Amino acid sequence: MALLEVRKMTHYFGGLRAVYDYNLEIEPGQILGLIGPNGAGKTTIFNLITGIYSPTEGSVLLDGQNLVGLQPFQIAAQGLGRTFQNLRLWRHMNVIDHVKLARYSKISYGLIGAFLNTPKRIREENEIEEKAFQLLKMVGIDHLAHQVVTNLPYGAQRRVELARALATDPKILFLDEPTAGMNPEELLDMMKIIRMVHKQLGLAIFLIEHRMRVVMDLCDLIQTLVFGEVIAEGTPEQIRNNPKVIDAYLGKEVET
Amino acid sequence: MGVAIETQNSEKIWIARWWNKIWNRFSDIPLLAWLCGALVAVLLEMFLGNPFARLFGMSKAPVLFGFLIALKTPALFPAALIYVITIYLIPLFLVARLLGAAANRLVGRLMNLSFVLTAFIHLGLLYAVLQIWADFNDYRVLISKMILIAIMVTLSLNIVNGYMGEFSCSHPGFMAVGAYVASVLSVLLFVDDSPFGPPLLPIGIGPFLFPIILIIAGLVASASALLVAVPSFRTRGDYLAIISLAFMFIIKSLIENLEIFGGPRGFRGQPDWANLPTVFVWAMLCVWIINNFVRSTFGKSLNAVRDGEMAASAMTIDTSKTKMVAFLFAAFWAGVAGGLFAHVLRYVNPAVFGIQKLAEVLAMVYFGGLNSVVGSIVGAVSFNLLSEMLRPMEIYKWIIIPVMLILVMIYRPTGLIAFTELDFKKLLQPKSKTEQEEV
Repeated sequence: MALLEVRKMTHYFGGLRAVYDYNLEIEPGQILGLIGPNGAGKTTIFNLITGIYSPTEGSVLLDGQNLVGLQPFQIAAQGLGRTFQNLRLWRHMNVIDHVKLARYSKISYGLIGAFLNTPKRIREENEIEEKAFQLLKMVGIDHLAHQVVTNLPYGAQRRVELARALATDPKILFLDEPTAGMNPEELLDMMKIIRMVHKQLGLAIFLIEHRMRVVMDLCDLIQTLVFGEVIAEGTPEQIRNNPKVIDAYLGKEVET
Repeated sequence: MGVAIETQNSEKIWIARWWNKIWNRFSDIPLLAWLCGALVAVLLEMFLGNPFARLFGMSKAPVLFGFLIALKTPALFPAALIYVITIYLIPLFLVARLLGAAANRLVGRLMNLSFVLTAFIHLGLLYAVLQIWADFNDYRVLISKMILIAIMVTLSLNIVNGYMGEFSCSHPGFMAVGAYVASVLSVLLFVDDSPFGPPLLPIGIGPFLFPIILIIAGLVASASALLVAVPSFRTRGDYLAIISLAFMFIIKSLIENLEIFGGPRGFRGQPDWANLPTVFVWAMLCVWIINNFVRSTFGKSLNAVRDGEMAASAMTIDTSKTKMVAFLFAAFWAGVAGGLFAHVLRYVNPAVFGIQKLAEVLAMVYFGGLNSVVGSIVGAVSFNLLSEMLRPMEIYKWIIIPVMLILVMIYRPTGLIAFTELDFKKLLQPKSKTEQEEV
């Protein structure tokens, strides 16, 4: 059985059909890309699966467990980590606290520990901190651990988001345009990091991306979404040569 | 390049350098030495204060650092200044400087031995300073208690308005609930000759059960906070401000109409249990627990909810539970503070817990600094001292204080000391000279 399975998911915003009859299967360790023109509904699909919206119809199964109707934090705790298209960092907080906070659901010291600074809490906080440092090292920003995020360059902020998503111990990682707005150098670094994370942690990754180079390079399988419907699905090679995809992206040739 | 900058604003740099030079002389003094200095200063005042003051033409030692005297009879301003410098400042800085090195070594050794012991020694010294300073007259005792209670209220409101980033106006309401619950309990259980008849329990054990009464008061305040939290935490925005404001007025008029608790005339006869040490212990407990809370990952999730709720929930944070817990927790401490407040004055009146109290508490939070334990303490202490010091100005006091608030809001929009973390270990540890001095 697939790790993540979405069946016949449809969503309406009022009378607007945002996503129609969407199906998805991601196997463990697979990297799947979702491409499509602006407004096609890519981020809406992310938000539907991660619980920010609840689909009008359809089912979402992670490891056989139903996710529809759960709160976003419950879905995240089930093993679904994500980053955001526009960075959503907590602007007054430093880097290490970002990553530590993503371990929230793993904390067991409870309110007593929070109020009274018990030995159990001190031990757990130290463990979390160690884990957070490991992740920061992995994405290469451990030297920035005590900086406030708003002071960091853009590329580093993206990495904070990635480290934060990894700290939730995800089985599958949702990356919403991880290279948006990056310069070529940062882009290469980010791709390297995504590949390394994928290899080291054996994660499945579901990726929205606009840059063909990134998608073609990273993904095993690609879906193309237009107006909320998948028009093509296949390997990078197949997608590249699919006339429907070319139409959607470049427009039809005028018949003479 | 350095030269160019220097000539451009040499004056500014000169002042900054001068200030740094002075500060550097004292930067390597640990808190222990400062407390010793303060202890010497208050001891000096205890023994020499009055004769020294008479020497300069004042009838007795100034009560609040000479402010009251200087404002009432400006002619005595130089005398008050001399008094403050010789009795407070010179001993404080001199002793702190002299003991600095020795205290550093002592603290270093103590910290290695046990941090808890070190903390208790500091607390003991702090209490001694406060007790000796306050013992000078009853007015100072009252001010000290009120400041300690204000610290508790300010801190608890800062959890909601600072750390959580919502705007709550119900703190006077929670204080009122706490004050009345504690008062009714202690009068009902332990006071002879009360509207409720003879005491239900032997009077002798009263002081020992006082903490439990206060905790019950806090819990009831917490429970009443549910009334505000349940409807208003479904959404973000102004709803909490409006509902909590309504809650405050509802509580006030509810108490005004409950004839059994004295109605608008107030409720008197609380036993005299809230002495300075009791209030001090509760205030320190409150600071410690709240500081623990906001530094834990659990407490920091509040900041995450404030700065981005969607990201917070995507990172497994249960946002509604977090908000609820924090709000009830804040209400608990407001309730405890209210209970202490009622027992300090030994009289409560519903009119106290109105819009003016709200303005005061909000002013203390925003003056001191959002999202900061130190800020709240600074805000509560400075606001209360200021308001007492300016008392001789009468009505002009309410022009000066708001103007200062406006200035703070213009130049430091988040308050004097905002967005800092208080680490007790760092606060107490031995200090070394800052690097600038060594260069």
